[in-house]
Amino acid sequence: MLYAVRLALITLATAIALPASLSYAAGEGRTPKPVIKIENADTKCVAPPEEMRRNHMEMLKHQRDETLREGIRGEPVSLNRCINCHASKQTGSVLGSNENFCQTCHAYVAVKLDCWDCHQPKANYKARVTNGAAPASHDKAASTMGAMK
Amino acid sequence: MNEQTQMDKAGADKADAARRKFVGAVAAAGAVGGVAALAPGLHLIQVSQATPTPRAAGEAASNKVRWGMLIDTSKCDSGCTDCVKACATENGINETVKDARQASQWIRKIDIKEPKTDHTHSLPMMCQHCAEPPCVDVCPTGASMKRADGIVLVDRHTCIGCRYCMMACPYKARSFVHEALTEQNPEVPRGIGCVESCNFCVTRVDKGMEPACVETCTKAGHNAMLFGDLNDPNSEISRRIAQQATTQVRADLKLNLGVRYQGI
Repeated sequence: MLYAVRLALITLATAIALPASLSYAAGEGRTPKPVIKIENADTKCVAPPEEMRRNHMEMLKHQRDETLREGIRGEPVSLNRCINCHASKQTGSVLGSNENFCQTCHAYVAVKLDCWDCHQPKANYKARVTNGAAPASHDKAASTMGAMK
Repeated sequence: MNEQTQMDKAGADKADAARRKFVGAVAAAGAVGGVAALAPGLHLIQVSQATPTPRAAGEAASNKVRWGMLIDTSKCDSGCTDCVKACATENGINETVKDARQASQWIRKIDIKEPKTDHTHSLPMMCQHCAEPPCVDVCPTGASMKRADGIVLVDRHTCIGCRYCMMACPYKARSFVHEALTEQNPEVPRGIGCVESCNFCVTRVDKGMEPACVETCTKAGHNAMLFGDLNDPNSEISRRIAQQATTQVRADLKLNLGVRYQGI
């Protein structure tokens, strides 16, 4: 009698617990898995995906110093080239939602993206022209400062 | 000629200066770039190119070149802001700031007046691309830097926004970005928390183009601005500096400026 009750309880508990554990195994946990969508499948990246996933930050960091500080241009590693190829066809950007190329993995691993404080995340973007909105001079003193010789 | 000597004397370091002197001497002897020997002692000086030549992919900027600008204030009209507008368009300076004093100024027009005669001049003022830049001296992180070809710029990757360079610059050439930006030109990254200034349109120069302000000034027919290589004795800018009187603003600071003025 006691044995039968115990068996029934274990069976019941397993039946309740099983669907939950199955759903975690399928990747539908609290954190959504990255959605990596290759927009231009016919093009080839500068390195295989395994290498890009591990080393893209090192490659970009190396290249940014060479480009900015030494003036080396036209190298294969370039943030603008990443953007132009990987920007979402819907939003034209590598950012914006957790399904956009850069943001999807960075949101998953909780690594903050600083690149886009300065760099433009939209592909082939043309900056807005405001016809020289900046004021001509910060201070009127400049106009009466006398000869600068 | 005095200008050339002065440039040599105040070069980035003694080795650089020595090399430049050597290159200059060789060029004068008619053995390299721009000078063709017709017969011993007789040289044909070729007209140098109006724009910089594009550098090959993978090639670093060289200290054989020193980019400079010559501004003729007699041709610069007081009301004209073509260069300022061209700069804003090229570099994506399009943000609206809450306080006008915080607006970024890579180039600005100023009117100066001689107090005794009331004679006024108008001129564009921007980073003077010093050979001995005080902004580079004071930068605690090495973000404020001078490239091999003399262009002074900020490496925003290492800029911490401390603004020491803004204090150090005698020309008020640098601005600080106070607010987040989203409308940058892809070729010209710029953003919150970093100091910025004129960089002679470094991406354009690397492609073999002139800075946007110079191109616009010339296209509009003002011809007040000239860009070129100060180290090439045959460039138009070098020849004009050698033959005509030019002024470095605050020459007493002995910073050996890349931007020279005429008529002030």
